[in-house]
Amino acid sequence: MVKMKGKLKDLMTRSGILFSLASMVLALILCAVVIGILGYSPLEAYRAMVKGAFGNSYNISQTIGIAVPLIFSGLSMAIASKVGVFNIGIEGQMLVGSFAAALAGYYIKGLPMFIHLPLSLLCGIMMGGLWALIAAELRNFLHINEVILTIMLNYVAQYVVSYMVNFPFKAEGNVVRTEYVQDSARLAILVPHTRLSSGIFLALIVAIVLAIVLKRTKFGYELRAVGTNPLAAQSAGINQKKYIRLAMFISGALAGLGGAGEVLGYCGYYIPSMTQGYGFDGIAIATMGQNNPIGTVVSAFLFGALRNGAAGMNQSTSIPGELIEVLEALIILFVSTPGIFKYIKKQMKARKAGK
Amino acid sequence: MKAVEMLGITKSFGSKFASSDIDFHVEKGEIHSLLGENGAGKTTLMNILFGMIKPDSGKILLNEKEVKIDSPLEAIDNGISMVHQHFMLVDNLTVAENIVLGAEPHKGILFDREGAFREIQEIADRYHFVIDPREMVGNLSVGIKQRVEILKALYHRSDILILDEPTAVLTPQEVNDLFKVLNELKADGKTIIIITHKLKETMAIADSVTILRRGELIGRYSIKEVDEQKLADLMVGRLVNFSVEKKPMKDDMPVKLSLKNISLKKNGKQALNDLSLEVHAGEILGVAGVEGNGQSELIEVLTGVAQHYDGTYMIGDADVTNKNAKTILKYMANIAEDRRARGYVKSFTNWENMILGYHTLSDYMTKAGFLKTREIRKITEDEIEANDIRTEGPLQLTDSLSGGNVQKLIVARMLRHQKGLVLAAQPTRGVDIGAIEYIHGELIKLRDAGAAVILISAELDEIVKLSDRIAVLYEGRVAALRKAEEFTESELGSYMLGHDPEKEEA
Repeated sequence: MVKMKGKLKDLMTRSGILFSLASMVLALILCAVVIGILGYSPLEAYRAMVKGAFGNSYNISQTIGIAVPLIFSGLSMAIASKVGVFNIGIEGQMLVGSFAAALAGYYIKGLPMFIHLPLSLLCGIMMGGLWALIAAELRNFLHINEVILTIMLNYVAQYVVSYMVNFPFKAEGNVVRTEYVQDSARLAILVPHTRLSSGIFLALIVAIVLAIVLKRTKFGYELRAVGTNPLAAQSAGINQKKYIRLAMFISGALAGLGGAGEVLGYCGYYIPSMTQGYGFDGIAIATMGQNNPIGTVVSAFLFGALRNGAAGMNQSTSIPGELIEVLEALIILFVSTPGIFKYIKKQMKARKAGK
Repeated sequence: MKAVEMLGITKSFGSKFASSDIDFHVEKGEIHSLLGENGAGKTTLMNILFGMIKPDSGKILLNEKEVKIDSPLEAIDNGISMVHQHFMLVDNLTVAENIVLGAEPHKGILFDREGAFREIQEIADRYHFVIDPREMVGNLSVGIKQRVEILKALYHRSDILILDEPTAVLTPQEVNDLFKVLNELKADGKTIIIITHKLKETMAIADSVTILRRGELIGRYSIKEVDEQKLADLMVGRLVNFSVEKKPMKDDMPVKLSLKNISLKKNGKQALNDLSLEVHAGEILGVAGVEGNGQSELIEVLTGVAQHYDGTYMIGDADVTNKNAKTILKYMANIAEDRRARGYVKSFTNWENMILGYHTLSDYMTKAGFLKTREIRKITEDEIEANDIRTEGPLQLTDSLSGGNVQKLIVARMLRHQKGLVLAAQPTRGVDIGAIEYIHGELIKLRDAGAAVILISAELDEIVKLSDRIAVLYEGRVAALRKAEEFTESELGSYMLGHDPEKEEA
């Protein structure tokens, strides 16, 4: 039993789950201080947040619903990180993916659902993947830094799609958006009047498949080798460029699928700024999930709860919802700077030794 | 008089004792060797003396007075300096600036750069160091950088100098230069402690020696009481077999690998220059040379990492010129030159690293591309057992093993997958005596069984001991190639430096 406990502890620390949770708690405490300084009651704030996130079945459904695109963007980030590429272009890949799915969902007509829906999703997947592939190939062949590339491609995506939705593909009416997709391309809404669609099953399945592929297959093995020791991978006869290409395509494809899921599930059409920065949240989510698919899912749920809780807090208290962004920023800060925890640990040890 | 005395020093990390109840002393004005294998606790003990680690118990006396040293700054104030294995120098500062860093001479509030140059020049002259205080440290060779570190100690007026594995990164010539410097310092009354695991050097330079094994004191000896064999036995804790027995080499064995007129440019430099080599079945071909004379590039060509060279590369009857690593791994197994960079993947566990490069074999992978995890783990467990690799098991991260055990894992992988042709590049770099013994033994076994072995090593002793034939690399070409017994050690040294002893005699 003791041995089991030790093993569990070992596992927790090794994969950094404990560390991620501690970061989260620390960020919550620090944010409470900020809320207090601003003259609000932290207790009230957090109570409103928890209520907003989990208060009733509607809120819970919304929380899970928001988590769906976050899972995809987190997984997208995670797989790129595994191969050693920093993909900041998830937002843009999501955008082009969602737009492609919106078009496919509307313009392709007369197909049964079991063909039309997968086809529309596939359009999102391909578009997102190809968008990411641009960055991958420019890195592979011209050695251009992928961080800059993906950031710039975000803008390209944003403005191209913005033009398309404003002019050639604008729906009838005053609102700037595309037409409703055909019913045969809609993901089922699981709880009426919420954003929770059957996309959640897709997200969970993708995460599990990804976890297995990374851990158990030749593909995952070689991908991880390239990501941690490119030289050792080269000596072992593994083609680095191929894996950067594949991983980036999958990364973009996951982002595109996330976007498509929003269009075909929650919204029913494409509308500008529908991705709401989900793509950027993916960076934090994957980091907190230690780039592990299952960890990423858990962390996406936490971020979903934060976002939905913030909305609840906004409605039921006078505390500005923007504070949630402060909280998110603090979490990212703590998760991405392990030094803080090491320092605290060292200080505590030193104090103990001093006594 | 005892310059340094440490009594009852105990330090544990978790449940492991890095040093347990160690008594240690050094006489004033002597060179003392602190000898032990990796993990014996040498560096820990010296880090305690230098104030970098706090001991759990024990006391330190300097010049027979008890002192308390809680930080490196206090150590320096007490006249102790330490030259670390990895130099602590700023590349884009000059020699003088590096040395005075933290204790700069100043005029008013301004840094007195000229004063620094002058002062460093004076110290260098006093000890006959050939060094320019105005030179950028980034432009210096490793040997000279080490000199800068020693000057730093002298600048701080330290009387006690600790050097951590000072010869690990030096060429044989630089080692000789270092020893001259150390003897000069000794003559000036300085006390010097060398942390090392090298027996030859201990015998060559030290006056006395303290041996540690697994955190425990084994003994303190005057150098006159011991010899290399005795030191080795004490260090390892059992009788070490230094001699190598091999069957006589057979003539007329088939050529297993041949390089013809290989030329390779790297970073605009001609790294390999019309190089030709042949290796036969049943022989060990040693490739000697001062580092930086094309060894790394030769390894890159041999392993298929470099794929843009001129010339012909044949393995048996197969032309593998400019073929990639994947192709060459099918014929030749290897021990990577730099195991941390190329030998294993840091985020991989032992079982994952056990098959690196061979993971697509049908033993390890199903047709659908899934790894046969259970089988691989079983195999890894067997290899760990058979090769005495100290690890918790197949699931432990390879990166958390000691250097010697990582190397044993890599050797086990090579042995398991080799097909009669092996490249061993720096096979014993940074590993302990036990592992060296083991690796040498395995290479000889391979050779006796009829395999062709290419041994590329910076350790001349290793080359001489194992090789049937020796090729000396100089500036990217083969300067000499003969049977091992036809070289004298001084001849080898001359060829390594680019001289030709035969011509010079004539």
